[in-house]
Amino acid sequence: MAVTRRALRHVTFVLGVLVTLSLVATAGVSLVWTPADPLSQSIDSRLQGPTSGHPFGTDQYGRDILSRVMRGAVVSIAVGVIAVGIGATIGILIGTASGYIGGWVDEVLMRVIDAVQGFPAILSALLFTAVFAPGIGISMIAIGIAFVPAFARLTRGSFLELRAREFVVAAHALGARDRRLVFRHILPNTLAPLIVQATTSFPVAILAEAGLAYLGLGTQPPHPSWGLMLKEAQNFLSQSPSFAVFPGSAIALTVLGLNLLGDGLRDVLDPKTA
Amino acid sequence: MRRYLARRVAAFVATLFFVSVLAFVVIRVLPGDPALVILGPEVSPEIVARLRASMGLDRPIPVQYVEWLGRALRGDLGVSIQYDVPVGRLILSRLPVTLPLTVMAAGFMIAAAIPLGLYAATHHRRTGDYAAMVVSQLGIAVPSFWLGLLLILLFSVHLGWMRSGGFDGWDDGLWPGVRSLLLPAFALGFFQAAVLVRATRSSVLDVLREDYVRTARAKGVRERAVIAKHTLRNAMIPILTVAGIQLGQLMAGSIILESVFALPGLGRLALVAITARDLPVVQGVTLFVASSIIVINFAVDMLYVVLDPRIRYD
Repeated sequence: MAVTRRALRHVTFVLGVLVTLSLVATAGVSLVWTPADPLSQSIDSRLQGPTSGHPFGTDQYGRDILSRVMRGAVVSIAVGVIAVGIGATIGILIGTASGYIGGWVDEVLMRVIDAVQGFPAILSALLFTAVFAPGIGISMIAIGIAFVPAFARLTRGSFLELRAREFVVAAHALGARDRRLVFRHILPNTLAPLIVQATTSFPVAILAEAGLAYLGLGTQPPHPSWGLMLKEAQNFLSQSPSFAVFPGSAIALTVLGLNLLGDGLRDVLDPKTA
Repeated sequence: MRRYLARRVAAFVATLFFVSVLAFVVIRVLPGDPALVILGPEVSPEIVARLRASMGLDRPIPVQYVEWLGRALRGDLGVSIQYDVPVGRLILSRLPVTLPLTVMAAGFMIAAAIPLGLYAATHHRRTGDYAAMVVSQLGIAVPSFWLGLLLILLFSVHLGWMRSGGFDGWDDGLWPGVRSLLLPAFALGFFQAAVLVRATRSSVLDVLREDYVRTARAKGVRERAVIAKHTLRNAMIPILTVAGIQLGQLMAGSIILESVFALPGLGRLALVAITARDLPVVQGVTLFVASSIIVINFAVDMLYVVLDPRIRYD
């Protein structure tokens, strides 16, 4: 309960939770209701500034930007969840093998992790898109791969530290097998830093997805993605500046909220670092 | 120190090896038949077979890898299908854009972040600290390409002070080239500066809590000397680690800024190559950028030896 009390008093954490909940609520609402159809075009009302009918204005096809920004939240959350899921799953597996087995397995796996670290999401996306068709799946995989090193190193570090701790040695002495030692004794004790890592990776995934979509390597038209909307807006900067302002603000606000949540969560779960 | 150096060099070589394997596997092995990817499905089997033979795809994969790696080590990254010139030469021709952009962004990042982080740490929990943290928090939230668009909107569309993009080259002196890269370098460096401010602040704060800093202050050493001599140098290792990682990220990030500002650098080369299915160029650029990132990280590791005598005598 001390953690909950600490969390509720932590301004950064509370702010982060509020912004994150707004993002999730916006995405949820957009699945059942948006002010207009995010895909419906109207040539008569193209590139309008904010009006009462279109509070965020319209794009080059007359589509309602507010509705597209709302639906874009779904894409961002989906990419965030799946990319972090991919990075965490592979990273934790590699980190576990590396930290628990040690020796040459650790040495080889860590070199592979170093190499993967040399491939930021944008490079993996370039490579994959050269071979396969660009799309949201490619961007999720590319971003997920880029997260693997952080999760792997964190898990490995925790394993190296916990492997020699008394409760693990005692469990081993009592005859616990490897699987039990890893999954019942060590892994649960690494959860707090892993949760913090996942939370701090989430906004990075959203930024990366937006960047890849902007380059045409991620979400493809006509589906609304904040990055893709900015790419489209660039061609009409002088005619309709608001077109570029709203999707960018949505990214910045979301990333800000998630960063605050991550920082707050780290302080709450690990007061030593606060 | 010899052991430290030997381990780092071995790790460096092994990492480069794995990077080459990754670049090779994704382009040559994952697609099944790269010749089909390049030519598309509607081409006759004879033409596909001819391209396969000319690319050496009819030989076993390990043999292909060894031959490809051998050529890559000699600087031969293949020939561009689109331009029919060596990929290495294409990469070299784009470096005068990407490299200065990365260096200028890094210069801005370091010039802005280290003084601001130091100021925040030395004014811990005071207005200046909170202001620096708010700026940094906002900087981390703003995507660099959006900042680039906003800069174009302000300086090009509204004020008319700068062009919205393009590169003037280095033929007419330094200034035209630098001017073309100012806005993209600022947009690129801003995000990373925001990250580095936080790293600098937290590293300096850690050192300021050390006993030797308290001792220095107790002995009456002037605050300026405490910060410059006792704090900053010891805080530099973590700062340098973050800055080194960021240098690699700046290089990768330049790909996106080149697109925003229509700069003919490595990123644009790779993006155009993707549209043209020019696999050797995509592979060459990604291998080059990834290797550069690893070389930068290795150089940072080597710098530790200079900065921290404890590593030398380990």
